[in-house]
Amino acid sequence: MAFFISLILVLTLCAASYYGAEAGMQWLFGMTIPYLAIAGFVCGFAYKIYSWAKSPVPFRIPTTGGQQYSHEWIKHNPLDNPHTVSWTVGRMLLEILTFRSLFRNTEVVIHRTEDGPRVAYNSARWLWLFGLIFHYCFLVIFLRHFRFFLDPVPFFVRALEFTDGIFQIGAPRLYQTDVLILAALAFLLLRRMFDHKVRYISLISDYFPLVLISGIALSGIYMRYLGKTDINAVKIYVMGLFTLSPVSAEGIAPIFFMHLFLVCALLLYFPWSKLMHLGGVFLSPTRNLPNDSRMRMHVNPWNPPKKYHTYEAYEDDFREFMVEAGLPVDKPLDKADA
Amino acid sequence: MAKFNMTPDELLNFQFGAPNVGWMEHKPVFKEGNFAYPGKADVIRDLGFPNPREWSPLDEDWKLPENWMEIVRDGMKDRLDRYRSFKLFMDICVRCGACADKCHFYIGGGDPKNMPVLRAELLRSIYRGEFTTAGKILGKWAGGRPLTMDVVKEWFFYFYQCTECRRCSLFCPYGIDTAEVTMIARELLQLLGININWMMEPVRNCNRMGNHLGIQPHAFKDIVDFLCEDIEAVTGIRINPPMNEKGHEVLFITPSGDVFADPGIYTFMGYLMLFHEIGLDYTLSTYASEGGNFGLFTSHEMMKKLNAKMYAEAERLGSKWILGGECGHMWRVINQYMSTHNGPCPPKMETPVSPITGTVFRNATETKMVHIAEFTADLVRHNKLKFDKRRNSHLNVTFHDSCNPARGMGMFEEPREVIKACCDNFFEMPAQTIREQTFCCAGGSGLNTDEIMEMRMRGGLPRGNALRHVQQKHDVNTMACVCAIDRATLIPLADYWAPGVTICGVHELVANALIMKGEQERTMDLRQNELPYLDESAEEDA
Ligand code: SF4
Ligand code: SF4
Repeated sequence: MAFFISLILVLTLCAASYYGAEAGMQWLFGMTIPYLAIAGFVCGFAYKIYSWAKSPVPFRIPTTGGQQYSHEWIKHNPLDNPHTVSWTVGRMLLEILTFRSLFRNTEVVIHRTEDGPRVAYNSARWLWLFGLIFHYCFLVIFLRHFRFFLDPVPFFVRALEFTDGIFQIGAPRLYQTDVLILAALAFLLLRRMFDHKVRYISLISDYFPLVLISGIALSGIYMRYLGKTDINAVKIYVMGLFTLSPVSAEGIAPIFFMHLFLVCALLLYFPWSKLMHLGGVFLSPTRNLPNDSRMRMHVNPWNPPKKYHTYEAYEDDFREFMVEAGLPVDKPLDKADA
Repeated sequence: MAKFNMTPDELLNFQFGAPNVGWMEHKPVFKEGNFAYPGKADVIRDLGFPNPREWSPLDEDWKLPENWMEIVRDGMKDRLDRYRSFKLFMDICVRCGACADKCHFYIGGGDPKNMPVLRAELLRSIYRGEFTTAGKILGKWAGGRPLTMDVVKEWFFYFYQCTECRRCSLFCPYGIDTAEVTMIARELLQLLGININWMMEPVRNCNRMGNHLGIQPHAFKDIVDFLCEDIEAVTGIRINPPMNEKGHEVLFITPSGDVFADPGIYTFMGYLMLFHEIGLDYTLSTYASEGGNFGLFTSHEMMKKLNAKMYAEAERLGSKWILGGECGHMWRVINQYMSTHNGPCPPKMETPVSPITGTVFRNATETKMVHIAEFTADLVRHNKLKFDKRRNSHLNVTFHDSCNPARGMGMFEEPREVIKACCDNFFEMPAQTIREQTFCCAGGSGLNTDEIMEMRMRGGLPRGNALRHVQQKHDVNTMACVCAIDRATLIPLADYWAPGVTICGVHELVANALIMKGEQERTMDLRQNELPYLDESAEEDA
C-alpha cells in the first residue's frame, strides 16, 4: 500500500514535468524550480543542523562496543570504546565510511527442536552490503555529474568516469555504478516489501525516497543509453544555469526536464525527511563522544541545582537508633535535643 | 498476583511475522503478567511527584489531570530543547530494521511492537504529528498520529517492556539508542503520574533511608554483623567492618541487594573477606548504603539526587576515593553521569591508587571511583592474593555480562581475569550473547518484579538459551555476574530456561578460593555447603 502510494506520487511528478516541459514550460522545470530547490535544500539542511545543534548534549553517553581503557595490561579496544578525541574520530570515520555498526548485523531464528528451543543468530550482512553499494554508487554518480557543471572538467571527475567505465562495454560506455545502484535499489525496495519486520515498520516516507531515487536513476540511464540525449546541449544549458545566465532550452528532450525535476523534488524533500541521516550521523551522541567521563568532567549547561536528602537530616531521623547500635553520630544525643 | 505457570512451549507458541493490522491501529491488551503495578499514592506523594492516586492499568480511566495533553506536549518540547540525543533520534531513524530483532523482548515474545524501532516510533509518531509541519498537515502520510489516551496507554505498556539495555543501539548505523528514548518517554509518563511501584518505592526508600529496601541504620548494622558471623563460621576469622567512620582512605559502596538478598549476601561477604585479607583501610556507610540508582529509570533529576549522596558522604567521612561494588546500572550512572551531575568531586578526594599495589587507576581521575572488579583484577595481576582453586573445582563457570557495564562502560576483561584467577573451569557463552552483544536478564530498569514474570521469562529466552547451550556442552553449573539485579533475576531465569545452574557474584568465587591468613581449614563454601573436593581427596587418600 505505502509502496503504491509512493509509486503513484512519483509517477505524478514524472508526468507533470514531462508533459509540462513538452508543453513549453521548460523555464519552470528547467530554471525556476531548480533554483528554488537548491535554495530550499541549502536552507533546509542548514536549518535542520542548526536546530539539532541548538539542543545541548547534557550527558556523555557513548554506546561502548569494546573493552574500556583500563589497566595497562588489559588490551583496550579504542575504536569501539574510544577514550580520546582522536580515537573517537577514528570510530566515526569507520562508522561513516564503512557502516561498521551495520556490519555487525545478525538475524535471529528460533529453531523449535525436540530438545526445546534453540535461538540462533545468523550473520545477515546483505543489508550492510547493499546499503554500502547504494551509498557509494550514489556518491560516485553525483560526482560524475560534475562534468555538466564545470568547464574544464576537473581531473578527479575524469578519473572517476574512467574507472567507473573500466570494463569498456558498449557505447556510450556502461558505468558499473549505474548497474549497481539499480541492483541496490531493487534490493532495498524488495527487502522493505518482503521482510516481514521491515514491511511492518515501513511508512510512506520510507518507500517514497527509494522510488524517487529509482525514478532519477532510471530516467538518467534512459537518457544516456537509450534516448541518447544531446549531451552537449544539456551541458551548455546547465552551465548557463550555474553561471546565472540561463540559455534557451531549445532542442533538449522533455525527459531531461523530468530527470531534473525529480532531482529537485529530492532536494526539496531531503531536509524534512529521514534522509537527513546524512547530517545526523555526525551528531549522534552515542557515537561521537569518547567514553571518558570518569576521566574528564563533561559539563551539562542546564545542570539542575543539587538537592538531596542530607546526612544531617538522615541522622536526625535515626540518631537514637544509631547511638544505640554503636554507630558514630555527628551530633551526640544530648546536643541534638538542645 | 496470578502465578506464572506457562511451560516454555506455551510461552514460545508464536511465529515472527507482520500482523494484518498496522501498528498504529493495533492496541495492547493489558493482562496480569504483562504489566507492572502502578506506583502507590503515598509513595508518589512522598517523592513529590505529580498526580498521586490509586489506579490500575486495567481500568478504563487512568485518572489523568485535565490538561494531560498540554503536559505531554510541553514535556516533549522541553526535552527536545534539552537533549540533542532525543531530538536527533526523533528525526534520523531510517527504519532499516537493523535493530528490529536485537531486543530480547521481541525475540522471546514475537510482539512486533517490541522491535526497538517500533518502540521508538510510538513516540516518534507523536513527535511528527505534533511538532513537525509535514506531520501536522499530512498526518499518517508523514508517519504522524495524534496524541490520544490510547497512545499514552500504549506508551506505558511498551516503555515498561524495555529494560534500557542498549543492545539495539549497538547495531544501529546512526547509534540511535532506544534506551535513551525510553528514558525520555518514562519521564513524560512521570509527568502524568504514570509509573510503576517496583521502581518508585525503592527510589523513595533510597532517598530517605539510604537504600532501596529502606533498611534503617541499626538494622543495617545488625545484618552486616550477622553476615560476619557466617564468615566466622566458615573461616574462623572475625571481621568487624567499620561503618560510618571518619578518616578511612576508602569509602565502599555497593548495591543494598548485596546486603539483604540471597545470593548477593555471599558476594558481600566476599568483599569483606577480601578487604580484611589485604588490610584495606575502608569504611561502609549506612547513609550511602545504596550503589544502585533507580533514579536512572525514573528521571535524570532523580538520578542526580540519589547519586549526590555518594560524594556528600565521601566528603563528610574524609575518604580519599570510593570503591564501588558489583552492580550494573550503578556503574552506568557512575561511568556516564556522575561527574556531570554532581562533580567536581569534594576537594579532599584524590585520584584512586591501590594501597596494596600502588597502581594508579588512570581511568578514574575525575570521578575518583573504582569498580571492584578493576581493583581485584589489579591485585590478582600483582599476585597479591593466594587462591586455593580446588575449592571452586566443582564449578564450571560462565560469565554473564550485565548490560550497563557492557554497553555503558565497556568492562569485559577485568571480571574475567578475576574469575579465571580463582576458578579452573571457565567457559564462554556464544559470541553473539556476551560482551558488547550481551543479552539482558530481562529484569533491568526496574522490571525485576514478580508480577511480570511472563514478560521476564520471554525476555530471558536469549540469555537462558545461551546458558543452556554451555550447560549441555560444557556442563556449566554456575553463572557469575557483576550486577545485583542480575543476581536476583537470573535465578528464576536459569530455573526456567536452564535448570540446574546456580547464580553468583564474582567476589563470592573470589572469597571461596581466597586463602586467608589465620583461617581454619575450610570445609564449607560461603553458602555453608560442603566443599566437594575434600571428599574426593579423602577418597584418594583411602
Ligand atoms: S537500526 Fe537505527 S535506523 Fe535502523 S531502524 Fe533501528 S533505530 Fe532506525
Ligand atoms: S534498550 Fe534493550 S530492551 Fe530496550 S528496546 Fe533496546 S534492546 Fe529492547
